[in-house]
Amino acid sequence: MAAKNGNGGGDGALLRVEGIRARVGENEILKGVDLVVRPGEVHAIMGPNGSGKSTLAGVLAGREAFEVTGGRATFDGKDLLSLAPEARAAAGLFLGFQYPVEIPGVGNLYFLRTALNAVRRARGEEELDAMDFLALAKEKMKLVELDPAFGSRSVNEGFSGGEKKRNEVFQMAVLEPRLAILDEIDSGLDIDALRVVSRGVNALRRPDRSVLLVTHYKRLLEYIRADRVHVMAGGCIVRSGGPELADELERTGYAWAEGMKPEVSAAAEAGR
Amino acid sequence: MSTAEQLKELTDRKYRYGFVTEIDEDRVPKGLSEEIVRLISAKKGEPQFMLDWRLRAYRHWLTLKEPEWANVHYPKIDYQDIVYYSAPKQKKQLGSMDEVDPELKRAFQKLGIPLEEQMRLAGVAVDAVFDSVSVATTYKKKLGDLGVVFCSFSDAVKEHPALVERWLGSVVPHTDNYFAALNAAVFSDGSFVYVPKGVRCPMELSTYFRINAKDTGQFERTLIVAEEGAYVSYLEGCTAPQRDENQLHAAVVELVALDGAHIKYSTVQNWYPGDAEGKGGIYNFVTKRGKAMHKAKISWTQVETGSAITWKYPSCILQGDDAVGEFYSVALTNNRQQADTGTKMIHIGRNTRSTIISKGISAGKGQNTYRGLVKMMKSAVGARNYSQCDSLLIGHECGAHTFPYIEVRNPTAKVEHEATTSKISEDQLFYCRQRGISEEDAVSMIVNGFAKQVLKELPMEFAVEAQKLLGMSLEGSVG
Repeated sequence: MAAKNGNGGGDGALLRVEGIRARVGENEILKGVDLVVRPGEVHAIMGPNGSGKSTLAGVLAGREAFEVTGGRATFDGKDLLSLAPEARAAAGLFLGFQYPVEIPGVGNLYFLRTALNAVRRARGEEELDAMDFLALAKEKMKLVELDPAFGSRSVNEGFSGGEKKRNEVFQMAVLEPRLAILDEIDSGLDIDALRVVSRGVNALRRPDRSVLLVTHYKRLLEYIRADRVHVMAGGCIVRSGGPELADELERTGYAWAEGMKPEVSAAAEAGR
Repeated sequence: MSTAEQLKELTDRKYRYGFVTEIDEDRVPKGLSEEIVRLISAKKGEPQFMLDWRLRAYRHWLTLKEPEWANVHYPKIDYQDIVYYSAPKQKKQLGSMDEVDPELKRAFQKLGIPLEEQMRLAGVAVDAVFDSVSVATTYKKKLGDLGVVFCSFSDAVKEHPALVERWLGSVVPHTDNYFAALNAAVFSDGSFVYVPKGVRCPMELSTYFRINAKDTGQFERTLIVAEEGAYVSYLEGCTAPQRDENQLHAAVVELVALDGAHIKYSTVQNWYPGDAEGKGGIYNFVTKRGKAMHKAKISWTQVETGSAITWKYPSCILQGDDAVGEFYSVALTNNRQQADTGTKMIHIGRNTRSTIISKGISAGKGQNTYRGLVKMMKSAVGARNYSQCDSLLIGHECGAHTFPYIEVRNPTAKVEHEATTSKISEDQLFYCRQRGISEEDAVSMIVNGFAKQVLKELPMEFAVEAQKLLGMSLEGSVG
């Protein structure tokens, strides 16, 4: 992979994770995770339930319930872990939630405009007024086939599972992140909804935008092609490979991965 | 910093309206006696019927005990240690705003009250009460052409004694309760509104109260009478300067809506809540009640963010058939604030309807109590009530309590009550912050979303102010 992409990381990495350890309360969940994501790449993290996939996503986005006890992570060459969640968002990191949160009484579009303008302010960009924002939002809603009436409903309140996930991708489309971490964006979706969501994500792929898919099932990778596939087990990445690794998993399941020690991943090695 | 720490920091913010204006005052000595009641009445040059009424109230008050049933706690009030009357000294009658004491004007400006040009532009008539006496009344003439009376209570006593005598105490009698009796005995001023038959008052009427003189309990009295088919919307908003000693405020508001009349009464209350340890702050013990006759409607909307203690139950007596009562409330308590608030809907007439929407927000160590009574009298055939009481908790040290009282004496009446309690969750905050919204803005947004059902009932110009106020108070309370 290209070592130099001119993207500030020095080595071309947008996200570099080295030996991250994290715990919730007394439970150590991540036991040394290494990962390098370069601009434009789509990575998939797969693994059995409880392997630490969602914890990794939460740690990268700054969820406070997870205490980082070791290792480091840089985003575009800057220390990621010292940033508040909103600063990570402003830097261009987006987390698509496995369980999008309801905020009663707060309109969907109002919420998103507040978010976009907060991010723009943090970046020293001009805020969008209501009219410009509405035009932008309408255009992006088409991407995931959301009804315009949906904009005035309260954030995620009374949404179906599919609507919630489409809303996450819609938010991603408006916020235009450099790295989108999509945590089980496929869970609870029927085949049609999965198709819509995947199409949305694919449409947002760009040479300067990376995606980290966290998923349990290979099915998602039939719709979104991943450049790299990682298998997590027991709080570590135990195998990494190309898209063909997903096919192998489909045949073998995850049982083999339980109890495996981490390999020294090629990506982490390249960064040393 | 953890979320808990950040919330705490937000919670610790200072009250923004803490200042004192230096003005010469005309005040009576401390304490309460028949002599003081006579002195107040004399200072105000009142007719005999007013003095008699005050004295009856005072004598009745002597027989009463301070109520203790509310879910609030405070040190015993020494009623002999209170100054019952203080008025800014005025050298002469004021013909225009230009003559108003510049100190006063500066104080109003600090509070953001648009008394001068802004006010005219906003189209709001303001009867400004500074301490206890009205100093400026505008728009009187325009309203006068329609026959609408909007003036200070003192002026009403002088200029419309027959109206005052007829309606004063007709909804909240001087015997009603401890604080109402006290108010009747010593009230210094307030507002008076009279809307004649069939007249729709063309502007929002608005009064800002402000407590200024040290150790001065403030006893306002408001009386609004809407004749048959009349309509009026009245706004009340208050802020008070920071004080170390608790200040007692025992106001009375009476609304009379005759057949087919509609009175909309909106309040934004932002008095000094006391510091983070609960020192200082206003004791807000208010009696508000309206009487609605045949097909009349009374709507109370309140946003209560201030005061150390709030004790108030804006109520509706739905006396006439088809009368409608509404109560929309947001009460926010932060730090050590306590609120025991709600409403009473007394259904007497046939097919009377009432709606209660109460939103309680507790942060810091705040304690928030909803207490409401829905009473269906025997005569209330086909009456209906819907009540919804929602509580939002912010942090781990606050409390929310709901005491709904329901009395139904007519089998055809219907009463519905729904209640929820929720917390601002770490998940909600994280979701907002992950999208780039600061914690402070997130809390403000979540709280405003929670209160939306009530805020939308406020007149437009107030709704914006109230939204900011919730955010500010939660900065001082989380959100």
